[in-house]
Amino acid sequence: MSRGTGVPTYRRIAVFGGVYSNHLALAAAVQDARHRGVDAMFCLGDLGAFGPHPDRVFPIIHESGIAVVKGNYDDSIARGLEDCQCGYTDPRDNHYARLSYRYTFQNTSPFNRTWMNQLPDRLRFHLGELKVLACHGSPRRVNEFLWESTTPTHFLDKLAIDFDTDVLLGTHTGLHWERRWGDGKAYVNVGALGRPANDGQPAVWYAVLEAVGRDLDVHFVTVSYDHQALAREMRDEELPAEFVETILTGWWTTCLEILPGKERAAGRH
Amino acid sequence: MSKALPILGAGDPGLEPSVPSGASGATDAPEVALRALDQLWFQVAGTVCNLRCRHCFISCSPKNHSFWFMSRAEVAGALVDSVRLGVKEYYFTGGEPFMNHDILGILEDTLALGPATVLTNATLLPQRTVDELSRLASSSLYTLELRVSIDGVTAEQNDAIRGEGSFHRAIEAVGRLVAAGFLPIITTMQSWDDGETDKVLSDFRDLLAGVGYGRVRLKILPPLRIGAEAERDRGYSEGEWVTQDMMADYPSDLLLCSGARLVTHSGVWACPILLDYESARLGATLDEAVAAPARLAEQACYTCWVNGAICSNMPGLTQDFS
Repeated sequence: MSRGTGVPTYRRIAVFGGVYSNHLALAAAVQDARHRGVDAMFCLGDLGAFGPHPDRVFPIIHESGIAVVKGNYDDSIARGLEDCQCGYTDPRDNHYARLSYRYTFQNTSPFNRTWMNQLPDRLRFHLGELKVLACHGSPRRVNEFLWESTTPTHFLDKLAIDFDTDVLLGTHTGLHWERRWGDGKAYVNVGALGRPANDGQPAVWYAVLEAVGRDLDVHFVTVSYDHQALAREMRDEELPAEFVETILTGWWTTCLEILPGKERAAGRH
Repeated sequence: MSKALPILGAGDPGLEPSVPSGASGATDAPEVALRALDQLWFQVAGTVCNLRCRHCFISCSPKNHSFWFMSRAEVAGALVDSVRLGVKEYYFTGGEPFMNHDILGILEDTLALGPATVLTNATLLPQRTVDELSRLASSSLYTLELRVSIDGVTAEQNDAIRGEGSFHRAIEAVGRLVAAGFLPIITTMQSWDDGETDKVLSDFRDLLAGVGYGRVRLKILPPLRIGAEAERDRGYSEGEWVTQDMMADYPSDLLLCSGARLVTHSGVWACPILLDYESARLGATLDEAVAAPARLAEQACYTCWVNGAICSNMPGLTQDFS
């Protein structure tokens, strides 16, 4: 539906973050979102990485009618770049990032790479009377990390002004959080479906947003799925044991360099 | 291009600079406009330090009063401006920031607005200061990062650069910080060949495990061949400048000066490395310095060009939307 501006308007939506090839979690999240009666489903990019069989994600995306924003991983895989553009400098993080990227690139079909290449960088729509801008990292940079502990409210307000929106949606960090300010202004990091939130629980997270007028409700939803089955697939594909450990334990074991001190201290590794 | 070296009395305890050198380098240097003021740096301890490190690129020492301490009120004024300008991160450097008697109040003011990082030699961090830092960190939504400089995995290696006794004091402080819940970022200047990096990192991990630091965050910095470091090792070679041609296809977002400014007691600079160079002074106020482009007029800019924004906690990212 549209309010006559060409921009669609929704009342209740589900927004998924990085999928990281976790097709089992994606399928479970889609089912959960349908039960919640959402008008539309969105995914904020990074369909591949980390998990097994990246091509298994795409049929779920298409069959569910999920609107997808291009992530940095999608951009790299689609264009055949050298790496995922996450900006790691730590040798250990780089080692695992390379393993993950090589596997994902080799197992993503040319058809799906071409499809990812045409994905939009950003999506705009209305939720109730609120203007929403959905992106992967930040609206100005696809691979910008917006962590809760390193993102001032005045910085978010500047982004909202610069990009003429009330609500900003993002992912990229893999940790869900929200900030509210002003009259209906909000930033929501919807988290990730691909791996747990570094909280010691194997469940993953997404967000359901609902607005009546300018009154926004944000609900972070935890999704349990058959993580043991995913772990088996990862082992069968000979993905690193460290990745499997994260899926089973809920604690991040790799790509830790990018975490600010506050978020890193909340984890185990 | 004309070239001039800074005229500091680097490494000579008897010749302390009292004013910025005024030296500036290439006259046809490339310019970099500010993309956004993402990082606001504060020369919060001026050039005053309790140590006299032999590799210090601005030759800080107890007697170097070229730049004086910033007061809490001065910092607070810039913080007000920073909100309007949409600053994302705040960094505090010197000199040694914990020589500034206002530092804890300054951090409290900052952490009310956003994340703060302090670059410290960790030799002035008794338990009571660590306790206060811990209180500030836990009462803020934002992260408080301590970046601790240690230049070697033994007292012999470190103290040869940073001064006698500094190794043990810093290591003990790291232990106190870790016990208080911090995960300090250990920074070390690379003084070894690239092939030895894995061993150095491994040795650092072993060293820090000894004080209870098991998930070490390490940041290796390249040498900045100015100030005292130019005399300890060597200065820049003749060809090590950033030219217009070198910037033609270069993503300038990698350079700190494309997203940062340094506020001092006596003006605003393009970056914390070029404190001794008048070419890098961009104005008396933050608004003036934000409007002015940075000139890559000094040889230290070459190090940033090669390595990216080495001063940031995280490297620069370049993947802008079209």
